[in-house]
Amino acid sequence: MTTLTPESSRGPAPSPGSHYLEVADLQVHFTTDDGVVKSVDGLSFHLDRGQTLGIVGESGSGKSVTSMAVMGLHTAKNAHISGSIKLGGQELVGADKETVRKLRGKNMAMIFQDPLSSMHPFYTVGNQIVEAYRIHNDVSRKAARAHAIEMLDRVGIPEPGKRVDAFPHQFSGGMRQRAMIAMSLSCDPDLLIADEPTTALDVTVQAQILDLIRDLQKEFDSAVVIITHDLGVVAELADDILVMYAGRAAEYGSAEQLFNSPEHPYTWGLLGSMPRFDKAPTDRLLPIKGTPPSLIQVPEGCAFNPRCDFQPRVGSACLVERPDLHDNGGDHFVACHIPPAERQKIWAQEISPRLS
Amino acid sequence: MISYIIRRLIAAVGLVIVITMITFAIFYLMPRLAGATPETLATRYVGRTATGATVEQTAQRLGFYDPVPVQYWHWLTGVVNGTEFDIGSGVEKCPRPCLGYSFRNKDPVTPEIMRRLPVSFSLAVGAAVLWLTFGVATGVLSALRRGSFFDRAAMTVALAGVSMPIFWTGVMSLSLFSYKLGWTPPGGQYTKLSDNPLEWAHGLLLPWITLALLFSAQYARLTRAGMLETMGEDYIRTARAKGLRERRVVVKHGLRAALTPIVTIFGLDFGLLIGSAVLTETVFGLPGLGQLAIDGTKNNDLPQVLGVVLLIAVFVAIANLVVDLLYAVIDPRVRTK
Amino acid sequence: MMRITRKRAAVALAAVAALGLSACGSSSDGGGGGGAPKLDNSAIGSVASPSDAKGGTLKFGLAGEWGDTVDPGETYYGYSWDMLRNYARTLVVFKSEPGKAGLELTPDLAEDLGKSSDGGKTWTYTLKPGLKFEDGSPITSKDVKYAVLRSTDKKTFPNGPAYFEGMLNLPKGYDGPYRSKGMNTDSAIETPDDSTIVFHLKTPFAGFDYLAQLPQTAPVPQAKDTGAKYKNHVISSGPYMFQGNYNPTTGFTLVRNPNWDASTDPNRKALPDQMTVKVNMAPDDVDNQIIAGTLDVDIAGTGVQPAALTKVLKDQTLMNRADNPTIARLWYTSINPTVKPFDNIECRKAVEYGMSPRLYQNAYGGKFAGGEIASTVMPPMIPGYQDFDLYGVKDNPGGQEAKAKEALKACGQEGGFETTMGYRDDRPKEKATAEAFQQSLGKIGIKVTPKALPSGDYFSATCGLPSYVVKNNLGLCANGWGADWNDGYGFLSQIVDSRVIRETGGSSNTSVRIPEVDKMIDQATVEQDQAKRDELWGQIDKRVMEEAVIYPGVYAKSVLLRSKNTTNVFVNEAWGYYDYTAMGVKQ
Repeated sequence: MTTLTPESSRGPAPSPGSHYLEVADLQVHFTTDDGVVKSVDGLSFHLDRGQTLGIVGESGSGKSVTSMAVMGLHTAKNAHISGSIKLGGQELVGADKETVRKLRGKNMAMIFQDPLSSMHPFYTVGNQIVEAYRIHNDVSRKAARAHAIEMLDRVGIPEPGKRVDAFPHQFSGGMRQRAMIAMSLSCDPDLLIADEPTTALDVTVQAQILDLIRDLQKEFDSAVVIITHDLGVVAELADDILVMYAGRAAEYGSAEQLFNSPEHPYTWGLLGSMPRFDKAPTDRLLPIKGTPPSLIQVPEGCAFNPRCDFQPRVGSACLVERPDLHDNGGDHFVACHIPPAERQKIWAQEISPRLS
Repeated sequence: MISYIIRRLIAAVGLVIVITMITFAIFYLMPRLAGATPETLATRYVGRTATGATVEQTAQRLGFYDPVPVQYWHWLTGVVNGTEFDIGSGVEKCPRPCLGYSFRNKDPVTPEIMRRLPVSFSLAVGAAVLWLTFGVATGVLSALRRGSFFDRAAMTVALAGVSMPIFWTGVMSLSLFSYKLGWTPPGGQYTKLSDNPLEWAHGLLLPWITLALLFSAQYARLTRAGMLETMGEDYIRTARAKGLRERRVVVKHGLRAALTPIVTIFGLDFGLLIGSAVLTETVFGLPGLGQLAIDGTKNNDLPQVLGVVLLIAVFVAIANLVVDLLYAVIDPRVRTK
Repeated sequence: MMRITRKRAAVALAAVAALGLSACGSSSDGGGGGGAPKLDNSAIGSVASPSDAKGGTLKFGLAGEWGDTVDPGETYYGYSWDMLRNYARTLVVFKSEPGKAGLELTPDLAEDLGKSSDGGKTWTYTLKPGLKFEDGSPITSKDVKYAVLRSTDKKTFPNGPAYFEGMLNLPKGYDGPYRSKGMNTDSAIETPDDSTIVFHLKTPFAGFDYLAQLPQTAPVPQAKDTGAKYKNHVISSGPYMFQGNYNPTTGFTLVRNPNWDASTDPNRKALPDQMTVKVNMAPDDVDNQIIAGTLDVDIAGTGVQPAALTKVLKDQTLMNRADNPTIARLWYTSINPTVKPFDNIECRKAVEYGMSPRLYQNAYGGKFAGGEIASTVMPPMIPGYQDFDLYGVKDNPGGQEAKAKEALKACGQEGGFETTMGYRDDRPKEKATAEAFQQSLGKIGIKVTPKALPSGDYFSATCGLPSYVVKNNLGLCANGWGADWNDGYGFLSQIVDSRVIRETGGSSNTSVRIPEVDKMIDQATVEQDQAKRDELWGQIDKRVMEEAVIYPGVYAKSVLLRSKNTTNVFVNEAWGYYDYTAMGVKQ
């Protein structure tokens, strides 16, 4: 758990250069024929080595776009990125493409949602790991292969010496994701971004993969960003959690804060949507009504207001003014017009009892 | 794998037999249905002052009095075992695979086809090399610079290339490069590769380019579409996330996958082209197989047509098999199935 | 793009206009005056670029395959016969001279023209001394006899002319020298010594010299004969011989024959050192190469393609190398009297009057490339041609509606009737002709339905099959004829003699069944006096036209182009195109 020292303070303006990954006022906009899509619109967060950040939100909330921006993978001409992304103190926004490329795979690596489609079907697993390793390390093919086998062994693939020559389609889903992880960790990256790493996997395998990520993080002492729509995934894994809605942060705090005393109605909704086995099927889910907003025409005021049950209690502010992310004390940031005391009361009296 | 190849070969032989049967049927049964007799058929192969006796003799010689299946059987056994042919002054042996004798000029078909095969093959190979190089390269560049001036220009040219008929591009290029500028030899010039490789290539350059223009256009469009699709695949994102250079991402990860459908189409195109580059052969006066097939059709010369049809069928079957085997090499997923 | 198209369209229009203008203009030969293009025509009736310079290579080109074969026993294509004279000599030959002289026969292997006895049943020729084959062995009368006999084996040579076996008094059951080995054939041909050959006919035939000029009398050494394969290397008796083998795929090359003795051969100049024939070319490419100079002559002799014609007609330097000869070929239409109501002569006459001659001419490509409006069956250059115009076609190029309607009335078909016109499906000109009939006759109430018929068995299964003609109401059939040789017999006997019509099909004559004409033909065939004979053929022509069973259409013309390298060029009237034994090339 984080201790709330100034060094680890969250918020829009952290002290510069003090965290391994620092994202400040990130904007990722795409110009399209229908208008500008503001996929990420003023997002700030940071992360230290050895720490895990969970970014949570519905699809289209901008979480994957954020991770891609960090990796420098927005190659489309219509993508406009501004703000700041600093990795180990180095500014990535506006940096030379080649510089960012050299960081990719080596300093920051990524695991994707669907390991089957994310691995090239025509090359062996070993081949793909060797390729990843050799770009950044000047070693012989043979040494790289030995390294690949070692990596496969470390992610728990049995008979790695044999499986190294297998093709992705010859692996099971869980094995593929393990191989994917082996590939991303092959260069010992300082930052690992896992984008929905378990979504495509069987439930039983999900836990194994999450365990693996946690173990490896300890072993490698890397910073990990886990992107998910499922709060359950980050519950056990994340130190900090960032809840995103319509390209912006809705709530940002420690995992403890987010689970024990969430203050944003959207976070409440997410918590209510978590399936739980200890409740009767009829009342265990409190789904969020409506659908995520269009990112071209984000609602006036609070982007969440059309779906918010509590907007009538607050009044017109929600419809007119966009709420800023405010620290309510204790490094717990919330962007909501409901007064903090009122929010805590609603959680304690109205929401929490229905969830527990 | 071996049993797979054998099964495929047997299927190919079956296919070839069926195709020749159909050719046979079209030649004999259609006119028969329209009321032709063996004599009216034979009249096509005698001089204009020929007597009725000559017509009957000719019908006899060409086997028109036999039932069609029997004639087919004779032809087929000729192919498999060879046959003999009465040349008047004696009997000539026609060794297997004997594709029979031309109805019109009584020349054995097999040597004629063997004389023309290198021409068609040279034409197809050279054109294929050109169109694969230029077509695929243009397609890749277009896809990578989608929407750019290059892309639009290339695709416009490609559209024009697909729509321009060979007898136009061929005649125009001949009159410009050969007759006006004198850079290439005139039409009707074919030098054997074994005689003079330089002359061979020099003479075939225009036909190659003309033919390649048509196919390059198709392949550029095909490659572009394939590349656009593969470059959006997840594994491309993975490759970039690994920190690979863009060039390597495009060639090793993108193109490799985009080539699969192109290989399939190429196999069929190439197999067919051996015997069907009729327009190019005609425009440039290249004595190839396509020309032979057309002349054979014009002259009702069944053995000639059958010979070419048989050869094309064999080539297409082989090309198909090679494509399937290539598939297994390219795509490991096919191999293990 | 647009501009180019317009420009091309304009050029094409200009060409069409030029053709149309001259078609409407005077009917005189030679291209007419005013703005009409002027073709050189100096190779017609005279020699263009005369020269005696020897050497060089004369290059021939051919669109598509060689029509039939180069074997003298079987070849039956005009250009093949023209070319053959370079590597084979026959007993007699057409003179290698411009103008009418080209239609005259002159001795070649023989000392003199044939001497007949026995009222035209026996013909004797004596060979010149010192004649040799390419290998140096002497040419004897036995080689000529053998050549003629082998050509009668129609199992081996089905495509060849069939005159000899029809006329020679061969023993019964004779099946050619291959199959009837050792059978005595002296009843047909005698060779009393090595230089004398005597032909015995079943019935008298006055024009036997025309048979003696057929390629089939070119000597073949029996020892070298390989039957159907002999064409791979024909043993030469002429000034040139085959270099290596004849190759049906790529063509052949002729080189000088060292054993040819010019002193025995006053007919051939033998100017070039070498002749090449390139086959399987594209039709337009042949023209383009002649224009460019990489080829010298289109060996087919049928004239330039429409694309090249347009080019020629707008370029004076090309027109200076172009000739526009009339060919001994008639494009005509058979009016079948077996089909009702054409059994009535008046209905046939309605067609003669009603059809527009100009539309016929246009269907064939106009005055230059198409032909001249015809009023007789025999074209003008055929000996015996009589200039008559029974239906006034030359003075009424637009047709004569009034007269046609009168004829219809006389036929009892005032309201008109329906009939079908057959044409060959691969001949656009015949299709255009059928449409011209449809248009012209439509005006007088005859509804013509054009019907495309397969070209391959046009004569054996449709238009030439009498029962088919009647059953399918084929009142009209597009047709064409060029003679095997240019005299009355050669031109008329196959198309106006009712006895060549076979009920099983296959005859070129589809409509002429006049007993009186058959008798006249028999008379002309045996008439020994040439002037009287020619007169008889002219009368036959007229008698046929009186019956209105043929609509004559056009005497074919073509636009021939020679390369700038050619010398000593003239059109030989016997073929209707350039004389391939006379031409040379500039060095």
